[in-house]
Amino acid sequence: MRVRVCRHSATMRKIILIPLGLFVVLLVFLAIGLKRDPREIPSPLVNRPAPAFSLQTLQSGQGLFSPDSMRGKVWMLNVWATWCAACQQEHPVLVAFAREGLVPLVGLSYKEVQASDEPAGKPMNPEDKLAMARQRSLTWLRVKGDPYSLVAMDLDGRVGIDYGVYGVPETYVIDKNGVIRYKQIGAVTPALLEEKIRPLIQELNRS
Amino acid sequence: MIVELGHYALILALMVAVLQGVLPLIGASTRNWHWQSLARPAAIIQFVLVSLAYAALTYAFQENDFSVRYVAENSNTRLPTMYRFAAVWGGHEGSLLLWVEILAVWTVSVAIFSRQMPLAMVARVISVLGLISTGFLLFVLATSNPFERLFPVPLEGKDLNPLLQDPGLVIHPPMLYMGYVGFSVAFAFAIAALLAGRLDVAWARWSRPWTLVAWAFLTFGIGLGSWWAYTELGWGGWWFWDPVENASLMPWLVGTALIHSLMVTEKRGSFKAWTVLLAISAFSLSLLGTFLVRSGVLNSVHAFATDPTRGVFILIFLALVVGCSLTLFAWRAGSVSLGTKMIWISRESVLLSNSVLLVVATAAVLLGTLYPLVIDALNMGKLSVGPPYFNTVFVPLMVPVLFLMVLGVRARWRESTLQEWLHPLRRIGVASLLGGGVVALYFGWSWGVAAGMALGIWVILGTLEPAVERLRKPGKIPLSFFGMHCAHLGIAVMVIGVTLSKGYEVEKDVRIAAGDTVTLGDYSFELQRVTEVTGPNYVAKRAEVLVKRNGDTVANLFPEKRRYVSTAMPMTEAAIDTNLWRDLYVSLGEPLNNPAQEWSMRFYLKPFLLWIWLGVLMMVFGGLLAVTDKRYRRAVESRLAGAGVPA
Repeated sequence: MRVRVCRHSATMRKIILIPLGLFVVLLVFLAIGLKRDPREIPSPLVNRPAPAFSLQTLQSGQGLFSPDSMRGKVWMLNVWATWCAACQQEHPVLVAFAREGLVPLVGLSYKEVQASDEPAGKPMNPEDKLAMARQRSLTWLRVKGDPYSLVAMDLDGRVGIDYGVYGVPETYVIDKNGVIRYKQIGAVTPALLEEKIRPLIQELNRS
Repeated sequence: MIVELGHYALILALMVAVLQGVLPLIGASTRNWHWQSLARPAAIIQFVLVSLAYAALTYAFQENDFSVRYVAENSNTRLPTMYRFAAVWGGHEGSLLLWVEILAVWTVSVAIFSRQMPLAMVARVISVLGLISTGFLLFVLATSNPFERLFPVPLEGKDLNPLLQDPGLVIHPPMLYMGYVGFSVAFAFAIAALLAGRLDVAWARWSRPWTLVAWAFLTFGIGLGSWWAYTELGWGGWWFWDPVENASLMPWLVGTALIHSLMVTEKRGSFKAWTVLLAISAFSLSLLGTFLVRSGVLNSVHAFATDPTRGVFILIFLALVVGCSLTLFAWRAGSVSLGTKMIWISRESVLLSNSVLLVVATAAVLLGTLYPLVIDALNMGKLSVGPPYFNTVFVPLMVPVLFLMVLGVRARWRESTLQEWLHPLRRIGVASLLGGGVVALYFGWSWGVAAGMALGIWVILGTLEPAVERLRKPGKIPLSFFGMHCAHLGIAVMVIGVTLSKGYEVEKDVRIAAGDTVTLGDYSFELQRVTEVTGPNYVAKRAEVLVKRNGDTVANLFPEKRRYVSTAMPMTEAAIDTNLWRDLYVSLGEPLNNPAQEWSMRFYLKPFLLWIWLGVLMMVFGGLLAVTDKRYRRAVESRLAGAGVPA
């Protein structure tokens, strides 16, 4: 019982156009998707007050730094470490930007001394750790230039947790009332500086 | 010097690819015999040139030539030799070169093993492959040149991504690419048949072995990737529904539908348009996978360096390849006869249902993978779709697939009666329900386990019974007969592995000090000490864990936390003790205090996990067995319609 079906009907012609149609829709979305950056993550901290902390600074004898002391100023907080490769890339951009003196740039040295730096089986006490971190960071800044008005030392990474640090480097713009207005995950690029950060700072400075 | 030669060889290969893509195609449509016969030599010359380029890059890695940017970025002097071979495909540029090389391997195989096919068909197929190769070579040379020099020359390179420094991962990309790229052959056959306007039985018979081999490689590649994720990522999971995993699963699902649909077209002359569409889709999804990985539109653990120009290039290429082939399909497939009328109770109807289910599952995976992208494109926010979506959608779709698998094997072509079809299955059905229930009761009741086990047993019994029946009959049985049975049993073994390991895994995430003991099921794990060890290019903390069961020592496990010197990247090396019935899995976390007296550690007891990999191996083996069928090597006249059905 074999019945041969040879329907070259209009419906058949329409049906076989469906895959092409679906593909065109998919293509449009892929094209739009190309322009987006999946790493651009909106931070829940934006438009919230910057978490408070109080930390030792890079220069000994300066006392403790806390964000409260920046009230009334627009400022930037840059999370970095000497072991971070992207920071090296970002560094000249920051140095050039800091030279303009538009806003104070505060560094947050994040977990500078890693567990692997400690001699095997002999953990370092916090004082030694701080000394090691200071020495390494200072050498680094002397060689590569120092964009920071001061650097706070977050040795155990607790402040990093409060700020929701994903990875190093990260940069925050904080306004006169101590509210975070912008967060950049990953290195600051010249394009980003011109297109987003500078206009934002100028606007914040005016208000 | 050698590096420049490699670069020139690649440029020459592009020129040959253009010739290979254009001339034989024109020759085939104008019946110019001379131009058609250019196809084979062009394929061979292109293979030689691409291989030269590939060898040159390999040489640069072996010689630590850090004046080559790609080498400097992916290798260093301390990298062990084996990984210096693997480092060739450790980054974006080299993995594309590997892609082109594998495409050349497939093309040259088609050129060599196609003696039984008419020249016009061979010319068209090799031409289509040449066009694909042209696109990829242009992509490599224009946006991702692995031979780019670097000045000043660094003294030391960076390092191969530590994630990739694992024996499993050394062969994972080549195997996966063999599968991905292998579908280009099925695609080329489909396009050639559409161009020739001859979607006949012979076309299906020619393309089926190629598709089977590609499918077997893809299966193996995915299995390796999954095994690697299990041993290397330290999370104890083996499938994460990561966009890139999905990108490899989608062509696999469609490819699975394709090998079955090709069989129907070959044996019965039906489903032609559907089969062609599947062939186009399988390769299109491979290309889409490449786009997703290489363009960085989706965030994934696999995402390499992202570069918008690369994304735009692949998007245009994707649009051209898939757009043209679907247009050709819409233009030509309408005039293809639908073949014979299908009767509801027949093998072909079951196979059609299953291939539709597989395509629906693919669509569901595609939707979940691209959903974040679509939502972002519509400015509706950023989100990610997690495993819960995929598990809820995917698993219910696989249940009828597994159920129908047995019915498909049992049913006859053309027409079965309900009586002769279902009668022998009653016993198997009852046995599998009972079996599933008993297993679930024995290990601790859960509906999921009972259902999973019942399905697994159903497939095993339903596959074995007809095989045993055939073995009882006299006459020599070709090996290929067991291909399908082996692959289907592999599926069942894997289903059982997944069901039991998911159903009864025990996991403990603990804070532990040397001398402490953790108990999981019958097993006790004692952390004896944590020591410092030094590898060739890393330093590691290594824990020593003594595992006992009822007082007898079962295993000594040594999980490590490595830190690779050049990248300062921490890596987890889980320690696993495997046997057929259970995996003991330990991974070492971070030290929790200073001095490090306590550590965070994870312990897993995963029953029947090995069965997942066994199942994968059986599928691969089954696929390869099926290729050995003699009928694929016999010369076939393209008009010789196997089932006596006019095309």
